[in-house]
Amino acid sequence: MRLRGAEILIKELLFAGVTDIFGYPGGSVLDIYDELYQNRDKIRHVTTAHEQGATHAADGYARVTGKTGVVLATSGPGACNLVTGIATAYLDSVPLVAITGNVATKLIGRDSFQEVNIVGITMPITKHNYIVERVEDLQRTIREAFVIAGSGRPGPVLIDIPKDVQQAYCEYDADVEFDFSKITKSAVYSIENACKLIKEAKRPYIYAGGGTVISDASAELLSFARLIGAPVATSLMGLTAIPRMHEMALGMAGMHGRYAASRALAECDLLITVGARFSDRATGKKETFVKNCKVLQFDIDRAEVNKNIHADDFVIGDIKKILSDLCAALPKLNNKKWLDYVSELKKGSENVLGTSGKPLTPKNIIQTTGDFLGADAVVATDVGQHQMWTAQYYKFERPRSFVTSGGLGTMGYGLGAAIGACVGTGKRAILFTSDGSFHMNMNELATAVSYNLPVTVVLLDNNALGMVRQWQTMFYDKRYSETTLSRSTDYVRLAEAFGAKGFNAETPEQLKAALTEVKNTDGPVLIRCAVDEDENVFPMIPPNGTIKDIIIR
Amino acid sequence: MGTKKFTLIMLVENKHGVLNRISGLFAKRAYNIDNLSVGATHNPKVSRMTIVVECEEPLLEQIIEQLKKLVDVIAVEVTTSALAVMRELMLIKISHNDGNFTKLTGVINDIFRGRVVDITQDSVIAEITGPEDKLNAFIKFAEPMGIIELARTGVTALNRGSRALVDAGKD
Repeated sequence: MRLRGAEILIKELLFAGVTDIFGYPGGSVLDIYDELYQNRDKIRHVTTAHEQGATHAADGYARVTGKTGVVLATSGPGACNLVTGIATAYLDSVPLVAITGNVATKLIGRDSFQEVNIVGITMPITKHNYIVERVEDLQRTIREAFVIAGSGRPGPVLIDIPKDVQQAYCEYDADVEFDFSKITKSAVYSIENACKLIKEAKRPYIYAGGGTVISDASAELLSFARLIGAPVATSLMGLTAIPRMHEMALGMAGMHGRYAASRALAECDLLITVGARFSDRATGKKETFVKNCKVLQFDIDRAEVNKNIHADDFVIGDIKKILSDLCAALPKLNNKKWLDYVSELKKGSENVLGTSGKPLTPKNIIQTTGDFLGADAVVATDVGQHQMWTAQYYKFERPRSFVTSGGLGTMGYGLGAAIGACVGTGKRAILFTSDGSFHMNMNELATAVSYNLPVTVVLLDNNALGMVRQWQTMFYDKRYSETTLSRSTDYVRLAEAFGAKGFNAETPEQLKAALTEVKNTDGPVLIRCAVDEDENVFPMIPPNGTIKDIIIR
Repeated sequence: MGTKKFTLIMLVENKHGVLNRISGLFAKRAYNIDNLSVGATHNPKVSRMTIVVECEEPLLEQIIEQLKKLVDVIAVEVTTSALAVMRELMLIKISHNDGNFTKLTGVINDIFRGRVVDITQDSVIAEITGPEDKLNAFIKFAEPMGIIELARTGVTALNRGSRALVDAGKD
């Protein structure tokens, strides 16, 4: 069967199980959009307001579903606008296939209209990328791209397809099979030494990262923790690996982690790291981070071992399988004294979060929203104080119910991601954002309205770039350089102008009234909540600090 | 902890952009390349690279593991001058005059086992092959006479013995 490149692309997307695409049309992808039009009953295309929003949407979609997200953009500026989103996905190991059109091969390298070398630009922020120069290579490239994006440690892959390749014909056989075993092969591992370390430990501590969520290993994690008598703290990316209120859960560790999580980490004798990469925000001062304990690391990426923190032993493989193998191999271990001690830490006054100042506090806003809408909503955030507050206060119950830019820390990530989460789950997404982050990509409110998506935007308005301001308060002697925003934006009217509903909440009663309205609304709603600009995120271990430096409140 | 030099031998896919991916990895992770050489192999799909890196010893493991993650990297190993034959080729253009010509060509031919490959009234080009330090020694010798310019290929290396870097080098 002879097909055009653009047809082959769509056939291969369908082969990969793609049902939703996020993107934005343009001159160099006209042929692909023409094929999408003819296949609109099979693939739903969501047109965003900006390509960056489309990448974040594909990323949010991937995080909540576990499927590979797909984003499509035209050449030049369209491709460039994907960059922040691709880097966001790369830093958080999100499976993403980004497809860009490019100018025809004979125009490449001549500074043609809307030409950019997107393969060169995205090389450091993709797992792999391609420019397809011959239509004969297209089928294999697309198959391989999906295999690379979704296997091992997931990540973004970009495929750049020049316009003439989209238009060229070649023989296509849907049933041809390719051998990608070189990419998917996994090494054999031994858990013998890991078992020995675990059995010897008197105070084991589990630190679960995003890899646990990606591997769908929550059940195994809980069984493992119970079996060996170890409390479970998480990184920001691992927050949903264990229900927040579970008796074994310590909450988040790290710079803005819970006191009990940081304290117990400092006192454990074995740190068992499960799919986490020891970011500087998680470890603080690396030299003393694990001074008093051994480190046992489980990860699918061998390069994560000894990258930031030295591991005494490690097991490389799929987290779900490693944990279930360990559960099968280990006896029940009794570390009651340690667990009792950790329970006491959790009850201690140092572990209590939040201030009791104004009635409408960040804690109140996040927990009230959770109480009203939480049952099966997905939570997204932007980046800054509100992100940390959400991580601290929201009572997450299910894996993949939290999407946030952890590694890159992308302000403006949230609205696109929430849109992708809605499309992926068909359910409500709550976006906690702030006046700073929201202004970056609020244009995507138009997208949420166009597709009537149940996105609930809860905007914590402190009239400042809160997190930067907090650092200025603490480390720059309150010199508030350019962090007092003083925007005049009327968020309610803004929401209405986009065609969404808007509410203003200055008090808990107004917030509850607005949330009641949300429950009766199908489409997007924005609730602007007034927050004191001097609210800070605590506890905080200052950068490059240790538990000794922790500031509780 | 001081830095040391390590020699990495690699097989990579012979596709355009591969050199870019590898040098890009070194750039983005702030690893130092001391020198690099690359060339085709008997398999047209595979190129061979030798990279000399300068780093503290614990970082070497990271560099190797990060390189292995690149889709286009087929194999990577660290080697040493004890395990491998290492060679570099240098073309070096030196000024000469009647007074030093005989001495210069004598040293090139007899001491450094090199060859004079081009000659004019006032310059010669010498071709010197050997390990890195031998080339450095020759540069030191030639410097007082006046080095006009020189070009070095970078180190290339093959492990001693019958084993290849990887059997898959055949395809």
